[in-house]
Amino acid sequence: MRDWPLWEVFVRSRRGLSHGHVGSLHAPDAQMALRNARDVYTRRQEGVSIWVVPASAITASSPDEKDEFFDPAGDKIYRHPTFYEIPEGVEHL
Amino acid sequence: VNRDLYVYVLRLGDDALIAAQRMGEWIAHAPQLEEDVALGNIGLDQLGQARSLLAYAGSLADKSEDDLAYFRDERDFTNLLICERPNGDFAVTMARLLYFATYQHMLYDALQGSSDETLAGVAAKAVKEVAYHVDHATQWVVRLGDGTEESHRRMQAGLETMWPYTQEMLASDDLVGRLGDVAVDPAGFADEWHRRVAAVIEQSTCSLPEAAYQHTGGRDGKHTEAMGYLLAEMQHIARSHPGATW
Repeated sequence: MRDWPLWEVFVRSRRGLSHGHVGSLHAPDAQMALRNARDVYTRRQEGVSIWVVPASAITASSPDEKDEFFDPAGDKIYRHPTFYEIPEGVEHL
Repeated sequence: VNRDLYVYVLRLGDDALIAAQRMGEWIAHAPQLEEDVALGNIGLDQLGQARSLLAYAGSLADKSEDDLAYFRDERDFTNLLICERPNGDFAVTMARLLYFATYQHMLYDALQGSSDETLAGVAAKAVKEVAYHVDHATQWVVRLGDGTEESHRRMQAGLETMWPYTQEMLASDDLVGRLGDVAVDPAGFADEWHRRVAAVIEQSTCSLPEAAYQHTGGRDGKHTEAMGYLLAEMQHIARSHPGATW
């Protein structure tokens, strides 16, 4: 039991539209992971739906790639809608 | 109101209280942190049921729930023997939970239709909690039974260790008969209990324990040797410091 795999847990709150990551846990298989997630992460009515995903199935970006992944977005202010001025007379925008 | 109702509510409250006390012993001893939390949740569900039932019983006899939990002696407790038996290993505890939660689920399910409104209300809340206890026990009995050679051996042993305490749960008696539609006669769902438990055991690849000598006496306050130790641990703080609050 010491080598149970790790699972990532996603919970959708009562009024939420999407599942958010809440943490991780150990479980022998998917069904038990779901139950453990219910017991560990929804004890105080935090959610109405749970997803569990094997942590090993997640491909994550590497901290080493941080520069080329994320920095180039830093000076592209034209990607934000606030960059554009609304021409006079335009309605419903 | 009447003595019969008091005795009946006390029985159900004692079952839940003693089961909760045993479940609490697992805290910090379960195989994994996650299971610690799961067993803690289950124990607290049972404790919540015990509090509702003992408070109601107390209201019929001018006593508080604490009077009933902490200041009665062994012979005054009327819980089923299966609730007080030692936890054993994890498989023994899961076998007990399968047997007991299946019983509680069928009992509370039927008790929702009790003509006593308080009992019906407690049952309606508890039936959902207990459905999850049945599921938790089922998951583990199946995994351990259909797991490794060692886990199968232990699960089979667990099912057999608790089996001699199962028929007491399903027995009828005069009290239940006298209470009519206030109470639920467990004999009425005994066959269905056997069907449900047998189905889980079959899925687990274990074998249904063979007929064995069946212990009884809990409803009359005649307990096993394990009960005194359990009460000593549960009651000694309250008795050492009567009236203390925290």
